[in-house]
Amino acid sequence: MNLDLNEEQQILNDTARDFLRGECPKALVRDARSAREPYNKGLWRRIAELGWMGVAIPEEYGGFGGSFLDLTVLIEAMGEACLPLPFFNTVAIVGTALQLSDAEDLKRELLPKIAMGELIASFALIEPGNTYGTTNIQSHAVGSEDGYFLTGHKLFVEYAEAADQLLTVANIPGKGLGLFLIDTTALGVEMSRIPTLDDAKQCEVRFNNVAVPAHRALAIGDTADTLLQRLEEISAVGKCAEMVGAIQPVLDMSVSYVKDREQFGQPIGAFQAVQHHCANMAVEVDCSRYITKLAASKISAGEPAAKEAAMAKSYTSKAAVRVAKLGHQTHGAISFCDEHDMHLYLRRCHAASVAFGDVKYHLEKVAQEIGL
Amino acid sequence: MDTNFSTKEQAFYDELDNFLQTELPPDWADKPIAWPHDYAPTGYQNEEDYKTADEFLKKIVAKDWLKISWPEKAGGFSYSNMEQAIYDERMSYYRAPRSSSIATGIVAPMLLRVGTEAQQKTWLPRIASGEITMWLGYSEPGAGSDLGSVRTLAVEDGDDYVLNGQKCWSSGAHKADYSWMIVRTDPDARKHRGMSYFIVDNNSPGITMRPVINILGDHSFNEVFLDNVRVPKENLIGEKNKGFYHLMTALDYERVTLVGIGGFRRMFEELVDYVKDNSHNGQPLAQNQSIREKLAEIATNIEIGYMLFWRTAEMLDKGQDPNVESSTLKLMATELARDMAETAMEILGPYGQLTAPTNWTPIRGMVARGFLESISATIGAGTSEVQRNIIAQRGLGLPRA
Repeated sequence: MNLDLNEEQQILNDTARDFLRGECPKALVRDARSAREPYNKGLWRRIAELGWMGVAIPEEYGGFGGSFLDLTVLIEAMGEACLPLPFFNTVAIVGTALQLSDAEDLKRELLPKIAMGELIASFALIEPGNTYGTTNIQSHAVGSEDGYFLTGHKLFVEYAEAADQLLTVANIPGKGLGLFLIDTTALGVEMSRIPTLDDAKQCEVRFNNVAVPAHRALAIGDTADTLLQRLEEISAVGKCAEMVGAIQPVLDMSVSYVKDREQFGQPIGAFQAVQHHCANMAVEVDCSRYITKLAASKISAGEPAAKEAAMAKSYTSKAAVRVAKLGHQTHGAISFCDEHDMHLYLRRCHAASVAFGDVKYHLEKVAQEIGL
Repeated sequence: MDTNFSTKEQAFYDELDNFLQTELPPDWADKPIAWPHDYAPTGYQNEEDYKTADEFLKKIVAKDWLKISWPEKAGGFSYSNMEQAIYDERMSYYRAPRSSSIATGIVAPMLLRVGTEAQQKTWLPRIASGEITMWLGYSEPGAGSDLGSVRTLAVEDGDDYVLNGQKCWSSGAHKADYSWMIVRTDPDARKHRGMSYFIVDNNSPGITMRPVINILGDHSFNEVFLDNVRVPKENLIGEKNKGFYHLMTALDYERVTLVGIGGFRRMFEELVDYVKDNSHNGQPLAQNQSIREKLAEIATNIEIGYMLFWRTAEMLDKGQDPNVESSTLKLMATELARDMAETAMEILGPYGQLTAPTNWTPIRGMVARGFLESISATIGAGTSEVQRNIIAQRGLGLPRA
């Protein structure tokens, strides 16, 4: 057993944090909120030059052949930065889905582009009335000789406006679920931004009888189910890494603030009530970090991780929002102001907590995994 | 990062598993009456169980397992702290009796750390053989969470120290042979700088005990009075007047070695089985969404508890002091012990209150007992509030009030 990062991961971690602290200050995060363009292309390019998109993509597809753990190191750093870029969906979701699939031609076509930062993609799964999962998918794809015509309505698609490709799930009559990659320029793809608490430019997407060539189906039927299950684990744990990355600075900021801020003639950090808030935050950060480590290392080792991933996501989602709220409480009124950074973390944590399966969704998964 | 055991660790895990399945009676797990991570002594149902427990201790001693992690020159196997943790986990999962104690979990590691060679020679073999048991002489009427306020005084007199004072909440003192006791040796020094550790023989003239019955009706606590008790100077362990600092280390050990992490998993499995097999008001408990979610949360927290437990072992193996981390583990695990009891009580409704076997008693009355027992969890060995103070002050560097 070894619960620490290895030397290379430590270097990657240090490099990523240094880079993002310099290149992605909170001023940039704030600007992104009102920016008309869906993402900051300059920053995306610089990150691509560092090779981050290709960290966990095999070398034969133009990446560096790293592990899922390597990827979580980067995602955690991005959580600290509140990075307003479509990295997670492009790399951790669509990049991963491609790697998990047997669609060799698509892998050869798209993975090198993702690794180079030349392709942006997102995941269109949730439908109106659903929270996550694949049990109530209404979208459908009707087969024809050249492929399919896909019709469906999807919500909470992050950075859809920036995306070249959308990964989506639809029912194929008689065959089960299909996992498709859809070109966003295809006829019949409509999207519009929906207002949400965070800055991830979430969209509503409609597919109106969109023609999808047969080779754009990544997986169908049982193969699709298996792929989606693993993708669910990976996306959940990836989001946990992002939340862990976001709540560590919440704790650090709070501790440094309560040491500094004086009331009643002493630092408020000397008051036990405040100390216990901070201790509780520290414990929740620790617990989130270690359950995430457990799930991430299982995934990285190629082991089954359905239970651990659901545990990590249900726990960390709850803890992250609680920690962010305690961050507000320890800071007092200043944290209720837009100019303060705390709400950026609260928004980011909340968005992550409901993305890729909310607390209820993953608790139910855990219940199933323990035999209930 | 790797959350799996090494080949050697896995082999030891399997060896323990085999041993426990062979050497304990098949229905043993139903015998001990104790909630995970409480600070009440484990009870058994009848004399025969106590006999089985004593016989099992002999088997562990024969394997030399009470000293596995001691260095070879102290007669141990130099097993890693991770292997020691695996031992503690497997033993607690099987509810194995007498597998660890204050002597093995706290006193032995302290002797190895701060004891002289002569002291190690005197005490370690008797601990490894299971021959002696010990009780913790820490709390006093005026020194609970604030252990720096200990007032029992030790004064030098010839070859001895003479002890006068009073200890309380002395769990199991009436059944033990020696006390691992902290007392004041310099009444003029600042309070944390005038304390020392002694091993005190229960049979010393001048020691009297008054039983204190706990809320379960058991004689677990004692009040212990020391009236001119003579303790030989060679029983002063560690540096004189540095006892408080040694105590901080000893508490770290206690918070790790007495967790009994496997007990959580065992109790939880029993609870899940009960929920799968039973209905309330015509609805299977397992179909109740609120029950499903509550059990999923407990399962998750147990998994986290395991991770925090392995982390402390790993830190020790890397030569780090898991000081704040042991408080985090203690806080998390004991709060979980209480939460699990309360959740189980909520699930069981009126059936949870049944204390002894009837046709309707769930899980042998363990839950009713745990509901009371787990009150001790978040109080003993430093309350949850003290753990939070440690995390805030020693971990996060916040100022003392």
